[in-house]
Amino acid sequence: MLSAEARTEIVDAALEVGAGETLALAGPSGAGKTTLLRIIAGLTRPADGRVTVGNDVWLDTAAGVFTAPEERRCGYVFQEHALFGHLNAWRNVAYPLRALPRRARRARALELLDRFGLAARADAPVRELSGGERQRVALARALAVEPAALLLDEPLSALDPRTKAGAARELTMLLASLPDIPVVLVTHDFTDAATLADRVAVMDGGRVVQEGTAAQLAAAPASGFVADFTGAVVLTGTARAGAAGMTVVALDGGGEVQAAGAARGPAAVSVHPWDITLEPAGAAFAGSARNRVVGRVATVTDVGGRVRVAIDAAQPVVAEVTAAAVVELGLAPGVQVAASWKATATRITAR
Amino acid sequence: MIRSRVWFGPVLVAALATTLVFLTVPVLAIFLETTPAEIIRKLGEEQARDALWLSAQTTGAAMVLILVVGTPAAYLLATRRFRGRAFVITLIELPLVLPPAVAGIALLAAVGPSGLLGRYVEDAGLQLALTTAGVVVALTFVAAPFYLRQAQAAFAAVDGTQVDAARTLGSSEAAAFARVVVPGALPGLAAGGALALGRALGEFGATLMFAGSLQGVTQTVPLAIYDDFATDFDAALALSAVLVIVSAALLLSVKLVRGADAVR
Repeated sequence: MLSAEARTEIVDAALEVGAGETLALAGPSGAGKTTLLRIIAGLTRPADGRVTVGNDVWLDTAAGVFTAPEERRCGYVFQEHALFGHLNAWRNVAYPLRALPRRARRARALELLDRFGLAARADAPVRELSGGERQRVALARALAVEPAALLLDEPLSALDPRTKAGAARELTMLLASLPDIPVVLVTHDFTDAATLADRVAVMDGGRVVQEGTAAQLAAAPASGFVADFTGAVVLTGTARAGAAGMTVVALDGGGEVQAAGAARGPAAVSVHPWDITLEPAGAAFAGSARNRVVGRVATVTDVGGRVRVAIDAAQPVVAEVTAAAVVELGLAPGVQVAASWKATATRITAR
Repeated sequence: MIRSRVWFGPVLVAALATTLVFLTVPVLAIFLETTPAEIIRKLGEEQARDALWLSAQTTGAAMVLILVVGTPAAYLLATRRFRGRAFVITLIELPLVLPPAVAGIALLAAVGPSGLLGRYVEDAGLQLALTTAGVVVALTFVAAPFYLRQAQAAFAAVDGTQVDAARTLGSSEAAAFARVVVPGALPGLAAGGALALGRALGEFGATLMFAGSLQGVTQTVPLAIYDDFATDFDAALALSAVLVIVSAALLLSVKLVRGADAVR
């Protein structure tokens, strides 16, 4: 269990992450996410704060305790990876293994690289590694210290869009395979946070403004800021060609939607809550809104003039409607409604 | 417009050709005025041998001082922000633009026998004026800024998160400096070292004024060349040839490290 709290000019926040749990600190740049990571690692020393991991107290300003970063065993994967350019891949990983005899050092480094499918690249200089390979070397290096907690700063942002989808999938699997330690990752992208983490803490202006699972945050955002930040509703399914150049996606759990983009096989469709309209479940299929999901209202949350309505369907859907529509449709938990949106408001991406 | 194209190109070529001839012919002349056999014979004479040996010793000692003290000083300047930092940097760079004669006078005024700190230097048992130690002081004074400037730039170019990464990987600040920062900045440090070495080897004015020109004690290669040129021109040529070769080697090595650096 990692618990951290700090009050500085930039941040005023507290967080708790259980062993084996991944928490995403999500928010716009300048929200203080990285500052919080640096405080946990001991790279920034706040005037007021406390950081504990298990029974170890890394920082307690009230008691005058400050453990130097080199004594914390805190794995940190930096945004640009911060690999040492004068060392090759395996020597980067072996960097923290000073206590081991020379031969054991290389063996241990190779073992870690092999875990990330990089054993063949052990002797490659850093400059010859691709973005994805650099990230895995950085991760292997961070794990070489047998960390008590692992911190990842924007793990996907340094990768180009083409490799990003694959890297995200890989990272999800790697995080699942980690020993039971708390993991904190920082991202400015809510979708990344939703796919990589068990829980998301949304930060803004140095504070954690809301914390919960990604689905909870999208369904019941505590503020307009969180509502905007959570962005699109994402539904997963399998795509195939439809009529007139459209793509039909059979949703996991049942139902079909259409999208204008081209994709085949495993795909994700996304739609913004404000593009979704609600109508009584029995209403006739109206106008050009061609996608339709029927379900029961789970929650109704007022977000500063707009209302978020979470609907339990095969995959949860969140719509954003006006207060007037709530009254008109009698929206309340348990009411059956149909959510519909235009095929053209639907984005499709291959998974 | 078309006419300007016709004459502009040839003018550029003529300017470069003139520059090339002007800058290289004198250097080549050192080798063309004498023969390799004569150079080797002259270098075997006692005065030349003394000068070469003294230059090697004093330059070596000056370089050790510059590297040992200058490296951490340059790191501090490159990585810490403090009040008066720009002023400190300017002070350190001043000897770069100081005329050598002024450097000699400045050293005499500071640590000469009747200088500002002369008494303390003597109390410490150090004799600087007219001694080999004085030569080392003069060389260090004029050459150090060349190294400091390069080293500071090389350290500033090392990504700060590399130090952060080393810290989270178990290195103290000093260990991170030794294991990550210095290796990362090595091409720049080597280039700075080569420039300082070249400057120290060629030092003339400040040494002459501060330490004099005593054969075997303070007479370095440039001073021996000056001493010889009226009486034994061939000996002066031979010593000059040595300096040309060493300087060319230093320049080449700087270019090579810079080239390697660009690839990184």
